Amino acid sequence: MKIISNVGKYFIMLRYVFSRPERFKIYKNRIFDEIEIIGLSSIPLVALLSAFMGAVITLQTASNMDSPLLPVETVGFITRQTTILEFSPTVISLILAGKIGSNIASEVGTMRVTEQIDALEIMGVNSLGYLVLPKIIAGVFTFPFIILISMALSIYGGYFAGVQTGLVTQEDYVKGLRYWFSVDDINYAMIKTVVFAFIITSVSSFYGYYTKGGALDVGKSSTQAVVYSSITILLANFVLTQLLLL
Amino acid sequence: MIEVRGVNKHFGDLHVLKDINATFMPGVVNLIIGASGSGKSVTAKCIVGLHEVDTGTILYNDRNFTKMDRNERKEIRKEIGMLFQGSALFDSLTVEQNVMFPLTMFTQMTKEEMRERANFCLERVNLINKNHLLPAECSGGMQKRIGIARAIAMNPKYLFCDEPNSGLDPKTSIVIDNLIKEITYEYNMTTIVITHDMNSVIEIGDNILFIHQGLKWWEGTKEEILKTDNEEINDFVYAADFMRQIKGMLGKG
Repeated sequence: MKIISNVGKYFIMLRYVFSRPERFKIYKNRIFDEIEIIGLSSIPLVALLSAFMGAVITLQTASNMDSPLLPVETVGFITRQTTILEFSPTVISLILAGKIGSNIASEVGTMRVTEQIDALEIMGVNSLGYLVLPKIIAGVFTFPFIILISMALSIYGGYFAGVQTGLVTQEDYVKGLRYWFSVDDINYAMIKTVVFAFIITSVSSFYGYYTKGGALDVGKSSTQAVVYSSITILLANFVLTQLLLL
Repeated sequence: MIEVRGVNKHFGDLHVLKDINATFMPGVVNLIIGASGSGKSVTAKCIVGLHEVDTGTILYNDRNFTKMDRNERKEIRKEIGMLFQGSALFDSLTVEQNVMFPLTMFTQMTKEEMRERANFCLERVNLINKNHLLPAECSGGMQKRIGIARAIAMNPKYLFCDEPNSGLDPKTSIVIDNLIKEITYEYNMTTIVITHDMNSVIEIGDNILFIHQGLKWWEGTKEEILKTDNEEINDFVYAADFMRQIKGMLGKG
């Protein structure tokens, strides 16, 4: 019952989040602030993870290809497909759900328990719009760029590892990357990314905004934000894959 | 003027406010006092709309606040200033930005005009050259004063102070109490202070509402509260030794 009640509460929250802003200029400034907090600050982590994961995907694929019937360029092909279809949009989003989700929930939750949200409401500010909308917009606009960076670095990480270890030549890897390439795969990844960005920012804000109690409860909200964002991402991933690929 | 008529509030099975009736006049400091858990903060939160009342009416200068929707309430909320127990300053904004915040949201002032107004409010609470500090860099008393400066930035008609002295030393408490009193008289505001600090009661209590077990138990002035025979009030007012000594002296006088 609590889940159903929370789902209802979540959609009511979204109604207020998307109501007309009091001063668009203020919101614009907040969006730029959030782009920095949510987007730019995540790039180093994403870059590091992507480069190493790309490298590992390449090494594992190469080391598991025992059959001489499989062409060596398959390594590049599998690295590309794994990266574009799943690793960058889904796995990186799950990692960002941990980093950004906990950040958002603890920030908004602390504002709740220190009465800063009450202060906004008393002033007549739509606190949900003011606090949550810039986060959602910043997430939805910056995540695709982050994921594109992740894709590029993952593929480059795979190339670097494969070529440096001698498991695959530069020509074979690049040939594999180009093999059966479809732009639709990128579109699919971008659609997933936007949906996941929305889920991470809105679900985390929801758990932060409705925090009750004190510091301990902010911690709980933060954990719940990460857990439920991740679960929702996995469910959405399944549904989107069904809808877009099959 | 704020009128509270027949307000009831439940939290689950708990009947927190029981038929509260009160009138808060402008130009005087109205205190809501009572023991912890008596319902005084809930009363204030119902008046400002942070809690919805179950039954009853709240009128702001004859405007029925309880019947208004969220957008209609916004107009009244622009006339409300509130000082929170923990100050509730926005910790990512500087002192000046905190005071300017309501101005940036709801006025068409230029940045220079807003800065001027913020400086005026900060000077009014005796905070000079602290504009660029962050709330975390300010003491508790300073944070309260910034909270007051932010509360009066929009020239509110109604000022709410939720336990303005909590966590402050007695000397700073008196400074904050006097500030609230001066601002109330100066701008003819309808001020409601929620407190259980007897110093505040004696210092600034023009009109005092005593809430006991969710009921409006007693109402009167600071002079009357010291002389009343009401047992529950005496238990509350004379809980401290020094207050009992004052009572003894008054009795002798």
